[in-house]
Order: sequence, then C-alpha cells, then structure tokens
Amino acid sequence: MSHEAALHTSLGHDDHGHHEHHDTFLTKYVFSQDHKMIAKQFLITGMVWAVLGGLMSVLFRLQLGYPDASFPWLESILGKWAKGGQITPEAYYALVTTHGTVLVFFVLTAGLSGTFANFLIPLQIGARDMASPFMNMLSYWFFFAASIVMLSSMFVETGPFSGGWTAYPPLSALGDASPGSKTGMDLWIIAMALFVVSSLLGGLNYIATILNMRTKGMTMTRLPLTIWALFFTAILGVLSFPVLLSGLILLIFDRNFGTSFYLSDIFVNGVGALSNEGGSAILYQHLFWFLGHPEVYIILLPAMGMVSEILSVNSRKPIFGYMAMLGSLFAIAALAFLVWAHHMFVTGLNPFLGSVFVLLTLLIAVPSAIKVFNWLTTLWRGNIRFTPGMLFAIGFVSLFISGGLTGIWLGNAALDIHLHDTYFVIAHFHIVMGVASMFGMFAGVYHWFPKMYGRYLNNSLGYIHFWVTMAGAYLIFWPMHYEGLAGMPRRYFDFSIWESFKQFAELNRFISTVSMIVFAVQILFLINFFYSIFKGRKVTTKNPWESNTLEWTTPINPGHGNWPDEIPEVHRWPYDYGKDGVDFIPQDVPVGENESSH
Amino acid sequence: MSLYLSIAIIVLIFVVIFQIAKASEYVSILKGEENSRKQNNKINGFLMIAFLVLGFVGVYVCNDLYFGKTLLAQPAASVQGEKVDEMLWITLAITGIVFIATQILLFWFAYKYQEDDNRKVFFFAHSTKLELIWTAIPAITLTVLVVFGLRNWFFFTGDAPKNAMVVEVTGKQFGWIFRYPGKDAVFGKKYYKNIDPATNSVGIIWDDKFSQDDILTEQTMYVVKGQPIKLIIGSRDVIHDVGLSHFRLKMDAVPGIPTTMWFTPKYTTKEMKEITGNANFAYEISCDQMCGNGHYSMKGIIEVVEQEEYDLWLAKQKPQYYTAFPDKDPEAAKAAAEAAKTATADSTAKKATAKN
Repeated sequence: MSHEAALHTSLGHDDHGHHEHHDTFLTKYVFSQDHKMIAKQFLITGMVWAVLGGLMSVLFRLQLGYPDASFPWLESILGKWAKGGQITPEAYYALVTTHGTVLVFFVLTAGLSGTFANFLIPLQIGARDMASPFMNMLSYWFFFAASIVMLSSMFVETGPFSGGWTAYPPLSALGDASPGSKTGMDLWIIAMALFVVSSLLGGLNYIATILNMRTKGMTMTRLPLTIWALFFTAILGVLSFPVLLSGLILLIFDRNFGTSFYLSDIFVNGVGALSNEGGSAILYQHLFWFLGHPEVYIILLPAMGMVSEILSVNSRKPIFGYMAMLGSLFAIAALAFLVWAHHMFVTGLNPFLGSVFVLLTLLIAVPSAIKVFNWLTTLWRGNIRFTPGMLFAIGFVSLFISGGLTGIWLGNAALDIHLHDTYFVIAHFHIVMGVASMFGMFAGVYHWFPKMYGRYLNNSLGYIHFWVTMAGAYLIFWPMHYEGLAGMPRRYFDFSIWESFKQFAELNRFISTVSMIVFAVQILFLINFFYSIFKGRKVTTKNPWESNTLEWTTPINPGHGNWPDEIPEVHRWPYDYGKDGVDFIPQDVPVGENESSH
Repeated sequence: MSLYLSIAIIVLIFVVIFQIAKASEYVSILKGEENSRKQNNKINGFLMIAFLVLGFVGVYVCNDLYFGKTLLAQPAASVQGEKVDEMLWITLAITGIVFIATQILLFWFAYKYQEDDNRKVFFFAHSTKLELIWTAIPAITLTVLVVFGLRNWFFFTGDAPKNAMVVEVTGKQFGWIFRYPGKDAVFGKKYYKNIDPATNSVGIIWDDKFSQDDILTEQTMYVVKGQPIKLIIGSRDVIHDVGLSHFRLKMDAVPGIPTTMWFTPKYTTKEMKEITGNANFAYEISCDQMCGNGHYSMKGIIEVVEQEEYDLWLAKQKPQYYTAFPDKDPEAAKAAAEAAKTATADSTAKKATAKN
C-alpha cells in the first residue's frame, strides 16, 4: 500500500517539480509549501524566540545575581519595568513566565520538532513532500500568528502574563490578584490556542506522511530512529494538545463569562469576596499536566531520535539495539500519558492516587536506562569522528544521564514533598529537558546544515560553541541542586529577607555570570549560522558525513520534490556501518549475494 | 557609557574569534582537509577525557563549598524529615553510583574509540542478553526505591496521631493566618463571604458557638516540641504552599479545597539555633507556589517551644471574637470606661477603612 501511495504522490509532485521555475519570491520564501523551506521558517522563527527567551533569562539572572546593584541602562530599555535601574518584581515575574512559555513551546516544541519533522520526514522516508503541503504551510503560519500575539502581550500597559508558565488559576484567572493576569493573560491564552492549532496541523501531517508516503522498500522497521522519534512525538502532540486547549477554554469562561470551573471561595484583597463557588483549582492542573507531561517528551523524543542517528553515523557503527530503542521510545511515549500527576504530589492529591503515579513515574526510568546503555554501547569499539554535531550528541547523552537521575529523586513522592518547587526542580528539568533538548537541536542543526543550505558551518566556531556551552550548562545548573537541597524556592525575586536562603547570594552571582557568558557564546553560534548560509564553505559531495539515510542521496541543493528523477528504492535498514568490513552501505544499495545478515 | 564600552569589547572579542575561526578554515584547506580534520579529532578526543576529569574535580569542589549549606548537613527538625533525609541518602547513593559509572563510560569511550585509521569497527547491532540485563537491573533497583518511598509517603500522608494539636493555616496574598481552636478544641465554622480583613480575616461564622474562643494570629505560629501537630491548610485567594524546609515537608494551600499535613517537631527554635550555630535561625515558612508579585516575600515563622512556654504564650492570646466585638470582651467590660470603648471602636473603623 505504501508503495502505491508513494508512487501516486511522486507523480503528483513531479508535475509540481517541473513548474518550479514559476515560483515567485512570495511562494518560494514566504508562503512556501516546500517542506524544506517550512522547516527553515520554523528553525529561524524558533531561533529568534530562543534569543529573546535567553535574553529574558539573562535579565532575571541579573536580578538574582546582583539584587542590590542598579543598572541605569536597564531603565532605558525597560522603562517603568526597571525603575532606577532595578528590575521590579512585576517585570521579574513577567520575564520568568515568558521565558518558560517561549522556551518550552515556541523554541523546543515548534523550533525543534517543527524544524526537524518537516525537514527530515520526507527526506528520510523517501517522499517528495508532506501528505498535505498546504496544511503544513498553515501550521507554520499559525505558529507565526501565535508568535505575534505572544510578542504583542509584552507591550500592553499591565504587562505580559506573570503567573508562571503553567498558568495556574486562580492566579491566572483573576486580574485583581496580579496585573499580569489582565490583558496580558488574554493574549497569552490566544497565543497558546493558535499554537495548539499549529501543532495539530503539523502533527497530523507528520503521522499521515510517515504512515502513507514511505518509498518502495521502506518498511516501518527500516525507518531511521529519527523518524520513529518524530512519529511518537507527533502522536503525543495530537493526543495531548487538545486537552490543554480545553483547559484554556474553561479558563477563558472563568475569566470572562462568570463561570466557576476553577474558582471557589475566593476573597481578593482590595476587591472582596467573589461570587464563584464550587469550582476546583486542581481541575486545571490535571488538564494542564495531561498535556504538560507528554510535552516534556514532545521536547525530548526528537532530540533522542536525532542523537541516535548522529551517534551511529559518527561512530561508524550501527545503533545498538534498534528494536530495543524502538521499544523504549514506545514505552516512554505510552508512559508519558500516565504520569502527569507527579507534578501534583503536594496539591492535596489522594495519597493512593499519588502512589500509583510514583510507580508509573519511576517506571519511565527503565526505558530511559535502556536508551542510555544502548547509546554507550553504540560508542563502544566504534571509530568516532568528532564533528560538532557528534559533540552535541555526546553532550546530550551526558546531560540526559545527569538530569534523568534526579528525576528518580523527584518522581518519588516522599522526596518530592521536600524538594517540590525548589531549585532542585529547576536544575533537574533544565538539564534533562531544557539544555539536553537544546543540545539535540544543536546536534541536528550542525549535522543537517549541509543538507539545508549546501554549505558547512564553521567547525572551529562549532567546537568553541560546544565546549563553552557544555561546561557552562553544568556550571549553571549543577550548583542549583545544592540550593534546592537547602529548600530554596523557585520563582523568588529576592532572597534577602530569608535567613535560610540568603546564604547563597555569592553562588547566585556566580551562576548569573556564567549564564551571561553562555548566552554570549550562543550569539557566536548565530553569527556562524547566518554567515555560513551565505558564505560558508561549499559542500562538494552529496554525502559529506558518509551516512546511509536517504536524504544524502538527493542533490546537494535539492529542489521542491527532493529527487530530480525517481525516488530511490530502499533495500536495507539505515545502520549498516562497518558491516563485513565495509565502512557504510546506504539504504538504497541492494543486498549483495554474499552479504551476512545482521 | 560602561554599557556601550562592554558591548564594544564583546563585539571586538567576537570579531577576533570569528576571524581566527575563518583563518583556521583556510589553513585547513592549505594543510589538506583530511589532515586538519584528524588533528581536530585528536584535540576533541583529548578534551573529552579532560572534561571528565575536570568535571569530577568540579563536583568535588562544589560539594566542598556548598554541602555545608544544604539541609543535609544539619539534622531534620521533624520525625518525618529524618525519614526524608534517610531516603535522600539512599537515593543519592544509588543514583550517584549510576552517575559516576555512566559518565565515565561515556567520556572514556569517546576518548578511547576516537577515529584511528587502524581500527576496524566492531559490527555489533544487538544482543538480547545485554538488553535484558540492563532492563532487569534498573527495574529491580527502582522497585526498591518505590517500596521505600511509598512506605514513607503513606506515613507522611496518613492520619495524624490522636493527640495531635490542630492548627488551621490560611494563605493570603502575601502572608499567613493561623487559627487555634481555643479551649473547646473545635474550630468554629467559617464562610469566605464573612471575611473582613480587619476583624475576621478568615471569615469565621460568629453564630457558631465553637467559634467564640477561636484564636487568630498572623505571621508567627507557636507549636510544642515533641507533640504531633496537624495543619489544616487553606487559602483565601490564589494557590499558595506551606513550605517547611527544616521539617522537609510542604503542602499546597488551595482556595475552596482544604488540605492537611502533620509532623512532629524534634527541636525547639532555641535548640536549633545551637545546632546550626546560627543565632538568627528561624523555622521559616516559605510560600512554594507562585502566588503573585509578592510571592518572594510571603514569609511566616514557626516558633517551636517547650510546653510551659507555649502555655504562657497561649494564656496571653485573646479570642478573635473579642476583637470583632469589643463590647462583649469580659475584661474590657470590667475596665468599662465609656471613653475607652468609643476609642477602640473608632480605631477599628479606621483600620477597616485603611485596609480597604
């Protein structure tokens, strides 16, 4: 069936390919329906958000590191949000909230799976484009619209939403409880709704494409692990994002139409008792985390898939335990839906329910451990080439280990009751989800940049970028475990009145300083990226990494439709590296007569 | 000015790094790309092992500097806390071993198996035996942790002992209100629409006869060393969280849905000052759930004292009923000067207007 489908679309798109020279600037670069261009649009929009989100973290780290200092230039940038050169609590919370929202959704969801699902799915399965290129284009433009609305929320009089990226009501429902919950929150909800639409349009397309449009011979078990990871990611997104949307719709009703889904027994200072009774603030948390936890894996799985691919290519060795990798991806994706309440151990949850979630949460450590050991075995007795992409892939594994292990602490309710919402949690999720996935994204960019632009990124800058970021990530987040073990709470603007926490002032200054250096190095990466698009060293061979997957059988600068003539037929799995003493055997090479089976 | 200067310096550094990086590209073309690639590979291979060694040195230094500041360096102040600490140590031991082993393997393999023209890679695609080993070992280890954890979890969240003292804690933007049930040991009923910030901050229903001896205090809560204490936790506006880091516990305060938490304090505040060697030590209650722009300042204090001191303190507390209705206060009635009465009424009214 997949053969027929591929054939059918190949005919359809060949037509399109012939008319390519009719593309205007608008249809080629703006309203493009070419999956490769849409991927670049996602990537560059994601990069813009990453810079903004990173800059926000630098600003609030400035407050945490130097709470007493005054920076007049801040006032000239932020105006009333930094009176006298000091960030106000309102601005601090707005920055923290927007940093979280932007990094989780706009950078690590849209920027990561938006980019690589779009770019890699058709190229690696051997298809000319997505199942619905038009829907794919819409997916980007909904994301763009979400970006504009989110950006505009930063300029309203009462400020952007400032109640934390999880947006728990009643705080997010009551404008009188926090100025950020006024117009800023309306815009936040609208932006998120648009974002959900974008991710659904994208996700459905990815699933349909992977299931129906594989080239001849590309059975499901011959798919590269990147595709499997993106496939599970899309399924997670399609099943969980609508739940977030429903939660947000109820929130809109509570905010604007007087309902009481989340509100009950509330007296707001300066306003008085509200009429809402009988709602449950905890209901929102269930709805939110039913997305929120799969979301963590929506962020992590694409990185895992790309890392598996890059580790294998650059070790010149097959990925170890392909079926186990696939099984563990499946296990993680399935368990992702069954652990959401581990974010809610201290909400007064029924202790028995809590115990079930402890068990299921710690169960995730098993497939995660399998993945780590398989990656390690992939490196073992390989012949490793340290391309910048490979360095970031190795960095990913290191960070995934470090951050994953602290998940075993926090997933156990009896420890979470102590560590919940402390800096220990910040350290945990930044390492395992934030920085690790970012490393996966960097690995992907360095590895597939030659395919995207027909040029290389500068290697030396890549090495500097990796080593400073790697060391910086640990210097920033490792000491935060200690702050967390001292009980230091998250989301505090200032610790000076706290006898228990003010002892870390010096450490906070250190962390802030390192974070600024790491941020500066990311700018270096941006310069490398944009310079290399136009002036980078040109790619001269089709397959610069000597890789087996199909994207490297396309021309150096593939046009719309990817392959100028027929789509290659696939004869083997993508990991025949070092087999029978042959360095690599691409997927489109027929199986030889004397070849051993793996 | 200094801003522009630092921006200029950063830009300059960027330009220098960038030019060097460009130059290295040209050099590599001159030297032959294959050669320079191999040279870079060697450098990065060395950096892998250097990162591993320096990383462990860093972990050691960090631990040396900051372990003393964590709570693990001082005894837990509650029976529950001791169990948390015990579990922390067990979990640290297990995850610590895995951390050290896997990080060493990762960076060692990266160093050891860096590209070498003479190496023939080992085509090793799968091994069911290995997969089973590293499925089974984590599964067994995690079972142990789950069993340990759940035993403690059910103890923490289980019923408080019968002799527990009960205190009601209410969070508000941005402070804490504590209610003691008074002599009858029963809390009067409350309804949030009765809240009056000046005289009735939690909305007590005064018609309920159990309510009239209820005592309200703000910011500081007194509890007795060695006696289990059960908190009934609620919130007046948004979600807060009663964070008791020294007792190693926390529980959300949710409007409309009461939650509970109990613990047995082991040391008085005074004893804890000696143990920690910090004369300013206090059992601080930190709000651990984002609750608005004053979140970071939402601090309460728990004073753990001996029974006698507690009794003395309690004797000094006046039921809130008499603050709300000064004319019903037997002591005030005794003093009974007309002038005094009007003065109190005035000041209450003033307070009420000031708060609004």
